[in-house]
Amino acid sequence: MRKTIKFLTAAAFAGSFGVVTAAPAYTVYVSNEKDNTVSIIDSTSLEVTDTIDVGQRPRGILLTKDGKHLLICASDDDTVQVFDVKTKQLVKELPSGPDPELFVLHPSGNPLYIANEDDNLVTVVDIAADKVLAEIPVGVEPEGMGISPDGKVLVNTSETTNMAHFIDTETNEIFDNILVDSRPRYAEFNDAGDKLWVTSEIGGTVAVIDAKTRKIITKISFDIPGVQPEAIQPVGLRVTKDGKRAFVALGPSNRVAVINGESHEVEKYLLVGQRVWQLAFTPDEKLLFTSNGVSNDISVIDVGKLRVVKSIGVGRFPWGIAISNE
Amino acid sequence: MTSAPVPNRSEVSGLSLSGYLNCMRGIVWREALRFLQQRERFVAALVRPLVWLFIFAAGFRSVLGVSIIPPYETYVLYEVYVTPGLVGMIQLFNGMQSSLSMVYDREMGNMRTLLISPYPRWFLLTSKLMAGVAVSLLQVAVFLAITWFWEVEPPLFGYLAVIPALILSGLMLGALGMLLSSGIKQLENFAGIMNFVIFPMFFASSALYPLWRMKETSPLLYEICQYNPFTYIVELIRFALYGQLNLQALAIVAGFTVVFLGGAIFAYNPSKGLIARRGGPGGNAPGPKGG
Repeated sequence: MRKTIKFLTAAAFAGSFGVVTAAPAYTVYVSNEKDNTVSIIDSTSLEVTDTIDVGQRPRGILLTKDGKHLLICASDDDTVQVFDVKTKQLVKELPSGPDPELFVLHPSGNPLYIANEDDNLVTVVDIAADKVLAEIPVGVEPEGMGISPDGKVLVNTSETTNMAHFIDTETNEIFDNILVDSRPRYAEFNDAGDKLWVTSEIGGTVAVIDAKTRKIITKISFDIPGVQPEAIQPVGLRVTKDGKRAFVALGPSNRVAVINGESHEVEKYLLVGQRVWQLAFTPDEKLLFTSNGVSNDISVIDVGKLRVVKSIGVGRFPWGIAISNE
Repeated sequence: MTSAPVPNRSEVSGLSLSGYLNCMRGIVWREALRFLQQRERFVAALVRPLVWLFIFAAGFRSVLGVSIIPPYETYVLYEVYVTPGLVGMIQLFNGMQSSLSMVYDREMGNMRTLLISPYPRWFLLTSKLMAGVAVSLLQVAVFLAITWFWEVEPPLFGYLAVIPALILSGLMLGALGMLLSSGIKQLENFAGIMNFVIFPMFFASSALYPLWRMKETSPLLYEICQYNPFTYIVELIRFALYGQLNLQALAIVAGFTVVFLGGAIFAYNPSKGLIARRGGPGGNAPGPKGG
């Protein structure tokens, strides 16, 4: 064994990675699909502080708007579990419909919109009253879920139908569909609400859609030197609050692409762990966390410097990431 | 110092510290001047690692990024991994090149001029090595500055921490070169050094591939790499560049430095060393030896 000692004090590290250590402490939750656990990470020390047992095949994960509860899609248990973030105990299970994969909360904090992958449905659940409000039939294998900042439009992508379905949240009915490239996985509105970003895993592209006219503005494709094109599979995507940058997880190419939010050009590719899946910003947008499914770790990106600062081992097949507001 | 008469031992011990420094400065300055005047040598010293970085590493870009090894905290591109190895390569070539210049110096008689100085032989030879190290530091600094634009961006502190590591590794490689040069009669034999020292040392080390990868392909090769002192030079530089100290590498490199330096000083002792035994130019010359 090669014995090494840290030559630097923590202060010296603070000098070189100033942004990392100066940031406020957030709590990062990572669902481990194969371990049936959630890893809890401190955003300051960038270390795993706890691991809790959750339902089977946890995938989608998010925090309620008040930050008190953690919601987890326990796909193989056909339920959405609700955990108290303080006690880390299971509080209740929400009726979710079968095989919930990914979900999104209404900007007001309720209801919850869940994509049921096996049933071709989007289930609308009142998380306070624990009851299903509606079931919306969509395309085959629904997955990506995005909601407009005003909460009026819900977008669901169906992986096999290759469509983005626009759903009116008042009537819970589809009012428009847009054909995108093969296997759309993720949909996200920018904060201004005028653009919708949709990633296509097999198509290898990201469609930028005008939210008002519902026409595709542009399709972004990727080219990484030394990487086979078929390994470039866009999945998770996040847009900064100011809309100036988008980050796209490119699956087995082990890269996160940085896209200019205005020109839609790729600015940079950042090397992270294997099969990068989902992304999450800290609320101050100084750090971006990526879940790397095959290498069983998460990578931490310094958003200001566009540099990967660390990779942290978690459970097997990390899938989704949620980060506390404070 | 060239015209100094052969002193006796008591005179030598009376030499002042400033005299020592002056002597060392003279030797280092001569080497630096020689280096600066040979622009091609400077360019060649840079082109070699840059070719590896730009061409070789480009082809291997996707090879790595599959495992995190210390001192790295995340996945790194091959360019980032190979940079400390290429820094080691610069020093390896520089060490051997200064040994080449020693063979030349011996053939031309400059070495006799150097060794005739009243200062102790170990000091003269170490000064000569330090001159080589200073030149290698210059080369490495320019190389690292170029790699920075190639997204090899270690923490700023690493650039400082690597200096002592480079001095030690430069000394070790220079001492090895000096030891080898004592056994070479003619300049032409230097090609042998190239084939039998530089290439095996460079390739059978952790410079180009992490050792775990080597272990996967060939356990024997892995063992060989483990016994190659150049591996520890590369690791010492790699850790230092990221502000960390690899104690094992430090101990091994320091140990080999002492052994090689001791060997070189012994070999350059005209009365005992290899030169005398081989009857080379230095050995036949009526040098400053006592007998």
